[in-house]
Amino acid sequence: MSDIKFDQVLDAKGMSCPLPILKTKKAVEALSKDQVLKVEATDAGSKNDMASWAKRTGNEILKVEEASGTFTFYIKKTS
Amino acid sequence: MANKKMTIIASKGSLDMAYPPLILATTAAAMDVDVTIFFTFFGLDIIKKGNADKLKISPIGNPAMPMPVPIPTLIATLPGMEAMATAMMKSMFNKHGVATIGQLLDLAKEAGVKLIACQMTMDVMGVKQSDIVDGVEFGGAATWLDVAADSQINLFV
Repeated sequence: MSDIKFDQVLDAKGMSCPLPILKTKKAVEALSKDQVLKVEATDAGSKNDMASWAKRTGNEILKVEEASGTFTFYIKKTS
Repeated sequence: MANKKMTIIASKGSLDMAYPPLILATTAAAMDVDVTIFFTFFGLDIIKKGNADKLKISPIGNPAMPMPVPIPTLIATLPGMEAMATAMMKSMFNKHGVATIGQLLDLAKEAGVKLIACQMTMDVMGVKQSDIVDGVEFGGAATWLDVAADSQINLFV
């Protein structure tokens, strides 16, 4: 378990590329600056995809956790 | 900083070849890239009204086509084999949580992806503007080139 506080949760488990990214984009857009989105995904490509997406959009991944095939991302909206 | 730009030419109308343009377009839009898709030749089938989820895949001429049992090409030409291959592929996509072509097309429109249909190939193939889904513009090679000349990524699919 992480001690990072989050404001919204997105369940992207079972979704394949590109849905986790598309849903994450929408969910982050709905946040205010500095709020944190927790995303859970099972797509094994999502670890790299999420990092690339965050780099391009300027959002910050605070932490990535990986447990039994599920990736959990904590993403801070930066603008 | 101005957004990056990408164009994709979608020239194929089979189920497998409809995916790459729409996956890349929706993802690029989610990454703050301005995207234009130019639909030409058989790619027009993707944006014909009510057609996005009716695209098929052919088992013929594709040695990589996954089949439950190896099927000789001669058998693959029989009636019903294309429908079977299409149904099988769709069920595989569905099982893995992949969006349908129709869903991706909607997501692309929602994300502001610009869709252009090639008027020349529409004329040649007897496709009317009213046959094309709403929100699509019509143009030719110059329309695409104008956007492509200012884009960092230009793909032909």
